[in-house]
Amino acid sequence: MAKCETDPASTAEIVVRLENIGLSHDHGRSFILRHVDLEIRAGEFVALLGPSGVGKSTLLRVIMGLMPPSEGQVSLQSRPAQAHRPAAMVFQDAKLMPWRSVRRNVELGLEGLGLNRAERHARAMAALELVGLADRAARWPRQLSGGQRQRVGVARALTVEPDLLLMDEPFGALDAITRASLQRELLDIHARRQGTVLFVTHDLDEALLLADRIIILHGHPAGVKGDFMVGPRPREGAAVQAMAERMRRLIAGEPDPGEDAAYWQASEI
Amino acid sequence: MSQARARLLRPALGLTGLAVLFGVWEGAVRGGWIQSGFLPAPSSLGPAWLDEVRSGAWVQAIRDSLTHYLTGLVAGSVTGTLVGLLCGALPVLDGLLSGIVRVLRPIPGLAWVPFAILWFGLNTAGATFIIAISVFWINFYAAYGAVRAIDPDLYEVAAAFGHGGFWARLRTVVLPAASPGVLDGLRTGIGQAWMSVVAAELFGVPGIGARMMQASSLLATDLVVVYMLTMALLYAVTDMLFMLVRRRLLGWQG
Repeated sequence: MAKCETDPASTAEIVVRLENIGLSHDHGRSFILRHVDLEIRAGEFVALLGPSGVGKSTLLRVIMGLMPPSEGQVSLQSRPAQAHRPAAMVFQDAKLMPWRSVRRNVELGLEGLGLNRAERHARAMAALELVGLADRAARWPRQLSGGQRQRVGVARALTVEPDLLLMDEPFGALDAITRASLQRELLDIHARRQGTVLFVTHDLDEALLLADRIIILHGHPAGVKGDFMVGPRPREGAAVQAMAERMRRLIAGEPDPGEDAAYWQASEI
Repeated sequence: MSQARARLLRPALGLTGLAVLFGVWEGAVRGGWIQSGFLPAPSSLGPAWLDEVRSGAWVQAIRDSLTHYLTGLVAGSVTGTLVGLLCGALPVLDGLLSGIVRVLRPIPGLAWVPFAILWFGLNTAGATFIIAISVFWINFYAAYGAVRAIDPDLYEVAAAFGHGGFWARLRTVVLPAASPGVLDGLRTGIGQAWMSVVAAELFGVPGIGARMMQASSLLATDLVVVYMLTMALLYAVTDMLFMLVRRRLLGWQG
């Protein structure tokens, strides 16, 4: 397994720890995920990168608590703060509830947190403000574009002030221009919020653009095949290219050429 | 301007079609193509209707039928929708009832007439029972189908945001997501119940159906047609009222 030696975030507290996670849908005859160990620290923006169908979304659902793991355990560290949820998720295709107005969609996770109507309203509006859709609060989801719907999905997750924000290929279904602007906004929000993000994608460029750390999921059953700390922006030059080349090989299931070989290959190009 | 005209065009065409029908009908009777004993001329309907109103029979028949209609409709709609929703949401109940549904479903409401008379007698309760049965199945299948058609991802979204239990799911996903289908079923039931009203009253329970039977045994075909048109009018009114409610409830569908 490719492991990075220098880990600048290693002093921050651990937000989520996966220990030996395995998931099987047929009582252990075959596994989708196996022996997955992972620690994510506060403030990290981690991309979970791997080919389509490898089990990235499944792993996200295990962390979210939507699927109990067949083996191992997930420990999610939650702040003692009131009226928040330990984890929240941004789904592929937003998955808004069409019968709720935009604002009421954002309020979904706030219901059941012991907030009164005015408090829910205020927090939902603040989250909509953050994603630039406060003026659409009274609209129905069908009246929004795909990009706007996904922004509402982000607001719905942020408004519960999660310790861990899980994002399941949230921009995968959008056109290139909308995707680029949402990626930029997400980086802005992350810079201001300093939260912890686990972002699933099968797009290496998206992972390199957004994340500080990239984890490669591959194989059948899927396991962590690489764990890379990405350096400061802008992310260009031979070292980054070498790292990208190693990741590309790992995603394709090829053996890792190692740091030096990849570096030399990249410098020749 | 053109949009307003387009909106008026359809009703105008509908009225024109009706006027043509009545014109041809009137001409056919007056010209001797149809004997007035077989089909009364439209012009004879007005006087027949006025006589019926003056005697008080018209209002009484409507009142009786509306009583059967509304009680049967409410009883059948509420039970059908509830059982349908629960079967859609609870696989165990669904399985448990699937055999019973299969046996009872093909039996039309009218086939229950002998039992309606035996159990309730020739009265309001008997007629209500017949109406309720036919409305029940419409609403059962509408609600059941609506729940089964819900995007399962929405349950996952609800669970991710803290609404994972059965009742929370029912409240945050099942009821709102199924509401368009349920309302469509209610609307179909509103129409079907009027058909069942006549059938349920034909065997002697007072109301529009019974009055039609009396009129036809006296060969008062004009009166039969008056009551046919009365039913059409009552259906149009109930359906319109329902559509007003529906539009308010389902604004999110556009």
